[in-house]
Amino acid sequence: MAQAEAPESRIDPTASAEAAIVVPPEIVAQSLGEWFRAWLVRLRAGQSGVLPVVLGLVLISIVFTAISPNNLFLSAGNLVNLFQQSAVFMVLAMAEIFVLLLGEIDLATGFTAGVGGVVAVQLVQPVTTKWPWWGAIAVALLVCALIGLLQGTLITRLRLSSLIVTLAGSLILSGVLLILLGLGPFSGYPSLLGRNPNILTLYKLMWGTIDPVLSWIGMALVVIAVGSFLWLGDSRRRRSGLVAPPASLTILKIALIAVVSVVVVAICNVNRANLGTLEGVPWVIPIVLAVLAVWMVLIQRTTFGRYVYAIGGNPEAARRAGVNLAAIRTWCFVLCAFTAGIGGLLYASYLGGMSNNFNGGQIVLYAIAAAVIGGTSLFGGRGKMLHGVLGGLVIGGIYNGMYLLAIDVKWQFIVTGLVLLVAVTIDALSRRSATSGSAARV
Amino acid sequence: MHRCWGGRLHGSRHQLDHNGAAASGAAAPRLIPRYSERVAQVITESPSPAEPLLRLRGIEKHFGPVQALYNVDLDLPSGQVTALCGDNGAGKSVLTKCIAGIYQVDHGQFFWEGQPVTIHSPRDSAKLGIETVYQDLALADNLDIVQNMFLGRERLRNGLLNEDDMERAASQTLANLRVTTVRSIRQPVASLSGGQRQSVAVAKAVMWNSKLVMLDEPTAALGVVQTQMVLDLVRRLRDRGLAVMVISHNLNDVFEVADRIAILHLGRKVAEDRASTFDRQSVVEYMTTGAHGPAVQAGNDKGQHGTS
Repeated sequence: MAQAEAPESRIDPTASAEAAIVVPPEIVAQSLGEWFRAWLVRLRAGQSGVLPVVLGLVLISIVFTAISPNNLFLSAGNLVNLFQQSAVFMVLAMAEIFVLLLGEIDLATGFTAGVGGVVAVQLVQPVTTKWPWWGAIAVALLVCALIGLLQGTLITRLRLSSLIVTLAGSLILSGVLLILLGLGPFSGYPSLLGRNPNILTLYKLMWGTIDPVLSWIGMALVVIAVGSFLWLGDSRRRRSGLVAPPASLTILKIALIAVVSVVVVAICNVNRANLGTLEGVPWVIPIVLAVLAVWMVLIQRTTFGRYVYAIGGNPEAARRAGVNLAAIRTWCFVLCAFTAGIGGLLYASYLGGMSNNFNGGQIVLYAIAAAVIGGTSLFGGRGKMLHGVLGGLVIGGIYNGMYLLAIDVKWQFIVTGLVLLVAVTIDALSRRSATSGSAARV
Repeated sequence: MHRCWGGRLHGSRHQLDHNGAAASGAAAPRLIPRYSERVAQVITESPSPAEPLLRLRGIEKHFGPVQALYNVDLDLPSGQVTALCGDNGAGKSVLTKCIAGIYQVDHGQFFWEGQPVTIHSPRDSAKLGIETVYQDLALADNLDIVQNMFLGRERLRNGLLNEDDMERAASQTLANLRVTTVRSIRQPVASLSGGQRQSVAVAKAVMWNSKLVMLDEPTAALGVVQTQMVLDLVRRLRDRGLAVMVISHNLNDVFEVADRIAILHLGRKVAEDRASTFDRQSVVEYMTTGAHGPAVQAGNDKGQHGTS
């Protein structure tokens, strides 16, 4: 046995050195410096992580601040507006991540969101259905989930291509959207204007604000909760000798969360009204954070999430492990459409109603671009819910910046297309470098 | 798979086919002489007094009109490595998949620790303690080692994944098997070498207190050093008292690790005995012609027309 050990220990260093490029730095590093060096190695190997998003955000901020009138882009009022616009993209990108993780795609997400939005808006109209806001929201999300169930069933049970099914779904839903818009009192343009409490609640999803003092308290509680959760988890793992990042990295992470939270709340608490007062964190920020938190837990801490990743990485392995592939896949389409419905509610709230100008075809491309820019792969198995939020901020920034500059709609279309192309290219290149790396190792 | 046995229809006991195609089997030339007598001479009863962990008796399997396994008997004792040899199309994979529950046998009996059992699904075989490591390993590249080892059998606490517990158990198993070359148990499988992947796949198989581990061509894609690493691992499984079945073409590997050798030829078991009673020459003859010794006739050279 001793002779047998020798060759193993001889191959060990080479195998590890070759492998180093794709090993995440936080699982092997013992100190912050070591982590930083491992991160640089990975970066050079084309495994950039969230770096493109951060660079993209910095670039967008600089460019649009420089060229926007009166450097308006970084003003508190516009930044809050940016959060609100991005929220729709963030939520839709999180929706899309459910199916992207499987290696599938949902092109109907945009119009699913539109249908969800219009259902809720129509149901609360005081002159017709008069539904309470919670009933309208519940039905809207249920309708979206059923759309997802239908598409998912077609895709998984009949083994149809998700691209084609959801493309057809997108077309069908755009027609359904027009039918739904035509019902009710403001044909084509049902709105959320008025003092009816149910209408007001839907309107406030995006425009309601939390009192500045409460904002600070809430933020502090969230940061303390998340920070202590991270710290206790990591230190418990360190104590038990399990794989864990160095303490300094955990502290850095918590500090980063705290700083970002403080900055966001501080910006939101600036009075951004030209006349009177408009201050406080808009409702939409905790709403997006709640969606993020719930989906993060689902996708990273449950067997369902684990199976989603397994199917995206190697469906055959998942099948042999006893995973019910059809059920998990169908559920992903349901969750995607459900989350899209939340995005649709936010969209309707942002516009104060729905109209037949709703461009679901463009919105879904923004959503996919947001997910991919955030770091989620189109090829399945790679991605996180957080990517949707970060990518949504980038897309929101571009959208907002072009709006500020009053760029013509034809250029907006071209820029959308280019952004999507860049995102897909980054994804394909990083994937290629990863696979060529592993091919060399076999 | 079906075409492997095309033209060698066997119509005696199995007129179960749906379209009556087997009737034409009578016209097919009998390429295979009756081996049963000769096989009976080759097999000397196992000297081990203990009941083998898994005993197969009279296993038959056909796919439509195509007969894949004819009356196969096989013993898989604990604490021994049994090599299952045979040319392409001999029925090794079919037999393995029958034991793993992926295929259901048409005839024959399984005895697990002496008791008759039925295996209808992979779940049945897993429940008995049978684990299979397939040639393509079935690991998800994007998941890390722990996640792969527990895929499909995650441990939970309050409904959420209990990562700490799973990581401890996985690292314990790897340490027991002395798989020490991985850098971190949390690295994605994509970053592992071929031998390391094979080790992870084997560790995944033995973690479930399995009693029988079947390895399908475990060294096929590996270099010399990594092959050695995997063969050492196989020996460690045996030393821990597991029954191990290794399917292999590679006679070097077979003679290096096997305690017993069983040879399939065109769906029939033609030899099964302690490895020391074979030599390279005899194994090759059994694999290619189904028989060994002067009795082998020149006319039997059609024995290796199975391809896959």
